[in-house]
Amino acid sequence: MSNRLVTEIAGLKLANPTMLAAGILGMSGASLKRVAEAGAGAVITKSMGLKSRVGYSNPTLVQVDCGLLNAMGLPNPSVHHFSEEISEAKKEGVPVIISVYGFSSKDFGEAAKVAAEMDADALELNVSCPHVERTGSEIGQSPQLVAEVVEKVKSTVNKPVFVKLTPNVVDITEIAEAAAKAGADAITVINTVRAMAIDVETTRPVLANKVGGLSGPAIKPIALRCVYEVYRKVKIPVVGCGGVTTWNL
Amino acid sequence: MLAYLTDINRLRIVKIQDVKEESSTVKTFTFRDKQCAEAKPGQFVMVWIPGVDEIPMSLSSISADGSSSITVAEVGEATKALHQKKVGEVVGVRGPYGNGFALTGGNVMIVGGGTGLTPLVPLAESLVRLSSKIVFMIGAKTRDDLFFLDRIGTVVPEVVVTTEDGSYGLKGLVTELAEQFLEKQSFDMIYACGPEQMMLKMFLLAKRHNTPFQASLERYIRCGVGICGSCCMGEYRICRDGPVFSGEQLEKVRNEFGLFKREVDGSKVSF
Repeated sequence: MSNRLVTEIAGLKLANPTMLAAGILGMSGASLKRVAEAGAGAVITKSMGLKSRVGYSNPTLVQVDCGLLNAMGLPNPSVHHFSEEISEAKKEGVPVIISVYGFSSKDFGEAAKVAAEMDADALELNVSCPHVERTGSEIGQSPQLVAEVVEKVKSTVNKPVFVKLTPNVVDITEIAEAAAKAGADAITVINTVRAMAIDVETTRPVLANKVGGLSGPAIKPIALRCVYEVYRKVKIPVVGCGGVTTWNL
Repeated sequence: MLAYLTDINRLRIVKIQDVKEESSTVKTFTFRDKQCAEAKPGQFVMVWIPGVDEIPMSLSSISADGSSSITVAEVGEATKALHQKKVGEVVGVRGPYGNGFALTGGNVMIVGGGTGLTPLVPLAESLVRLSSKIVFMIGAKTRDDLFFLDRIGTVVPEVVVTTEDGSYGLKGLVTELAEQFLEKQSFDMIYACGPEQMMLKMFLLAKRHNTPFQASLERYIRCGVGICGSCCMGEYRICRDGPVFSGEQLEKVRNEFGLFKREVDGSKVSF
């Protein structure tokens, strides 16, 4: 294979600039390894917290006219039970990034510390999940809280830290700047867009959690706008995410 | 074109056309849906019980006239709510999902345990045209758990039933009976669906007798479309790469198949 696509980001060397986004096929080592084998330049795990979570009941996913809507509810076995999976995922030799979430900067620091002790190459902070209370985008909508979380993690671990931001804000650049100033090594934009689906025949919201995150074609232009705005304001690398379905669309 | 914005993935609201009591704990719900009517035996649908849950269910019948059915044992909150549904009420469906069974000719053994029997019945109905001989084996705990005997009997001449307590058919485990058959006759394919320990035993028997094997597996399914990773077993996603796996595929996940599954929170739990 030619080296034309080799990319370096936040100190990680990637064979190509594609990365498996957090939340997709990231619950087990074997699954992450399969995505790596399929050609991903790096893989990001499902978000892990300090305690296990069962997530929401089904329906957790529904197709809408312009994409998919999901609200899984951060199911995870806890970061404490993930080291075996990381070792398995690492076997393919591509960088493995552990996504972590918490309900406070203290939580984030502790989860990051446990994750950093594993064989992961970097961490991604989930301050953008649009549908779990007191975490995710509830932190990611405040520049102060994002700065606090990033500072806490950076002072705790010695690994590159990506920060994944939510588009559900008035001005994404002030959040990105706060993350960068607090020591983030890269910014990932965007997480899903807060949305809902209602079935007209039963007059009910389809998702068990009622509100979820929209992914797919509809959000690609939103993601691009966010990447553009963030790129113009911060010096650290920006990872584009959301609505990407093929290489050229 | 986008692979996932499809008619199959679209949630459809369907009216229940018929409810049939199969046993004291099992009911069949019939509905009409264009996509399901074109399903392959072994495929499943995600069934939405509004306000309660959404659960994966194998199609228990697929008819050319456009009607399909699911056959449901009452085992938890979602299935209990489904059991209370009457003719004329609605549920949501998306799918059919998964690969379904690969149909083969020749001498075929079908082994179903408990409610695992469900996808094997439309399979047998499809195999009748292809196979020279079908032996259909059913294992249940007790007489009251048995269902579909009449339906299977109309398409398959050789139906053998075992119950663990001996209240119907032969007393014992269906795998013990299957072993006896395999020692006497040769088969071109074994199909299995049931408790995972039973499928593991059948897998090992098939291997010992050099017989091709297919089994339909179960894991906790969320998205149904192969993206969330909840139902992973080794490198495979039950919802997308399965639920039917060949003996060769199962060989690759021997460190997981029959040993453990992942709970709703993704943690491993032994069988």
